[in-house]
Amino acid sequence: MSAAGTLPDRAPHGGQRDPYKIGHHGGGHHEATGHGEGGPASKRIIVGYGFWIFLLSDIVLFSAFFATYAVLAKATAGGPSGRDLFELDRVAIETACLLASSYLCGLAYVAAQAKNMLWTQIGLLATGLLGFVFVLLEVQEFAQMAAEGAGPQRSAFLTAFFSLVGCHGLHVSLGLLWLGTMMAQIWAKGFRPAIMRRLLCFNLFWHALDIIWVAIFTIVYLMGAGA
Amino acid sequence: MTDTGRTDGEDGHDEEDLAPGEEAIGGSGIAHGISGYTLGLVLATLLTVGSFYFAGSRGLIWGPGIPVALIVLGIAQIGIHLVFFLHITTGPDNTNNVLALAFGFLIVFLVVVGSLWIMANLNHNMTSMADVIAMQR
Repeated sequence: MSAAGTLPDRAPHGGQRDPYKIGHHGGGHHEATGHGEGGPASKRIIVGYGFWIFLLSDIVLFSAFFATYAVLAKATAGGPSGRDLFELDRVAIETACLLASSYLCGLAYVAAQAKNMLWTQIGLLATGLLGFVFVLLEVQEFAQMAAEGAGPQRSAFLTAFFSLVGCHGLHVSLGLLWLGTMMAQIWAKGFRPAIMRRLLCFNLFWHALDIIWVAIFTIVYLMGAGA
Repeated sequence: MTDTGRTDGEDGHDEEDLAPGEEAIGGSGIAHGISGYTLGLVLATLLTVGSFYFAGSRGLIWGPGIPVALIVLGIAQIGIHLVFFLHITTGPDNTNNVLALAFGFLIVFLVVVGSLWIMANLNHNMTSMADVIAMQR
């Protein structure tokens, strides 16, 4: 971030000048946790950061599925290809559902920070319903493909497709379970710090799933249907 | 609570540090939060519509350019999600989050590009199965 010659030096008046605090305008006090002064970071920062690292490792897991799909995308073994199978109308609706769901999840967190129970619960409920519609559409697509004889056992391409998209669908389904328990916890316990930390983690999880879906609809569906 | 004498309790807001997914301090409350998410939604929607439009179009842009356009739009949208939904910024309070993200991207890049590279080389260097079967006759 800064050259070796400009690392923390003593300001003339004897106070420590912290080069990492450039751009901070907040208040009169100059202690920053996690920057070597002001003591250890609070639990909220540590929990959020730990969950962020988990999410990145989850994305690395998905990258293995993406690599498998990319290698096997042309290995259709004489069976149907993406161009024959993918219905972009359904994918567009799925994308809209997940994007709106991600947005409403963010709004629910804003409402939770304002300690507004009604709008938090409404936001989370809408998040969950849109996520549920997404999962239903995906299950419908899988069932339809399997009925047409294009199940995961048909070709290496379809095995990779069902693994990648199914793994994402599984994440969304588990996220819905988590969302349900989250709503119950907020309802029963209110906006305690521990509950707010969990809600922050859920937000991160849900937004990360949307990021993975962007990669899926671009690489699998749009490039598969066009190529 | 430790003996550092901090006043912000176990979970109070640190003045100058952010967990991933949290908005920078200085934003003022509900209106600021909602407008940030809404701007992100609008930009992401535009990029998504653009992706689906390019994928379905014939002759609008040069055919082999379509995958490139799709990848560019996809990366742009991932960037929008990171900034507006996950609130990853270049600010000094976000250094740890950005470094972790950069490391994650490095691993993803190595896994995907490395796999494609190795498998393409193997395909190139190996005799195809059809030839093997023909040789055994």
